[in-house]
Amino acid sequence: MILDLFTYLLKFIGIILLQILVVDNIELSSYINPYIYITFILTLPVTIRPWHLLILAFLCGAVIDSFSSTPGLHIAATVLLAYVRIHYLRFATTKEDLEGRIRPSMSKKGVVWFIFYCFSMTLVHHTFLFFLEIYGFSEFLSTMLRVVLSTLVTVLMIVIGQLLFYNTKSNHE
Amino acid sequence: MRNLIFFIYKYHVFFIFFLLEIVAFVILYRFNNYQKASFLNYTTGVSSNFYTGVSNTQEYFNLRRVNDSLQLENARLRSQQITSYYNNNISTSSINDTVYKQQYQYISAQVVNNSVTKRNNYITLNRGKNHGIEREMGVISESGIVGIVMNVSDHYCTVLSLLNSNCKISAKIKKTGAFGSLVWDGGNPKYAKLLDVNKHVPVHFNDLVITSNFSTIFPEGLPIGRVYDHSLDAGDNFHTIRIELFTDFSTVSTVYIIKNLFKQEQQTLEQTLPQDKK
Repeated sequence: MILDLFTYLLKFIGIILLQILVVDNIELSSYINPYIYITFILTLPVTIRPWHLLILAFLCGAVIDSFSSTPGLHIAATVLLAYVRIHYLRFATTKEDLEGRIRPSMSKKGVVWFIFYCFSMTLVHHTFLFFLEIYGFSEFLSTMLRVVLSTLVTVLMIVIGQLLFYNTKSNHE
Repeated sequence: MRNLIFFIYKYHVFFIFFLLEIVAFVILYRFNNYQKASFLNYTTGVSSNFYTGVSNTQEYFNLRRVNDSLQLENARLRSQQITSYYNNNISTSSINDTVYKQQYQYISAQVVNNSVTKRNNYITLNRGKNHGIEREMGVISESGIVGIVMNVSDHYCTVLSLLNSNCKISAKIKKTGAFGSLVWDGGNPKYAKLLDVNKHVPVHFNDLVITSNFSTIFPEGLPIGRVYDHSLDAGDNFHTIRIELFTDFSTVSTVYIIKNLFKQEQQTLEQTLPQDKK
């Protein structure tokens, strides 16, 4: 249990550092702002208590906010993401998944399931985030383009991350 | 009562979600308004320390020191320039021994963190309260204007970059004197838009755009950019003008913060005006 907490803490710090040191500095275009830190929320175990998940999402958003001078913005988007995740997984998991206490990952649930999960979750998060950022629908088309492109890049990065970090572990976890 | 508790328990996930979203929106409304931000004054200190560590490892130690001394000298020279003095020569018969009184001071600073690809971009500088920085001071680079100081901690400040939807700067076309407001509409960080220029004013390609004399933040006449293209739709009262900015935001590293020594005086005076027309 303590070991688990420790690994999650390390993972949390690792993902945040990756986001603010590497991903935030990738300047592909002003329409591509990937936010890969949400992978931390996405890959928490399916058996986590819902309110734990919400609090963790709040903290995660607060840390990102304080590093990007945007108070409240990421908190709101990430808490929404966590809430949607709770309902999504209620329908998209089987009894075996719950008994096995698995984490939603590519190796456990298959490529198609995972990409679809990731894509829909990221789309929710990015849509909310970018529209909240410009605060209204005045630049609807350009914001929509930003949402779609950023979502695609974020999903791509998360999938690559899954392939890099979780593939070998899958057999004996 | 029991029913109520049962109800709350049954939907506790939704209630927690709702509560957290409310907290998030309160933070968003309360602190994102750059007029009264203060949340960032606390977090700016922590995150900027971190970013300084990062930028220290990225730069040559020696180059930095040489650069610093050059900057200091530059700032001093700029402060002595005739344009930063306020003409105090009100009548020829006065016996003032100071003809010019200094109005603007320039403080050099280094960019610690910066972004150009977001819709709302911010810049962090390594100067703060201890160096006399206050909110709403102007920031310029050697080539053009950069933004406005938003939050200040002891050693750092965050700057509302020109590349931000909340940033509106009063500007004018040098040749005709026609003024408008400069905003960034997202997309390419090299271009911004000049709004509210009346249609009867002629606009030409390559016209120089400078800061106007209406703000207490920037001195008049600082270069902003050049007219890149312009059009006038039928039935529209204002030109659509695209400005090519002089400042290259993706490489900006050395900037100057402008301190207006008369700002307090001007604002106090303006506050005494009747407020009914607002």
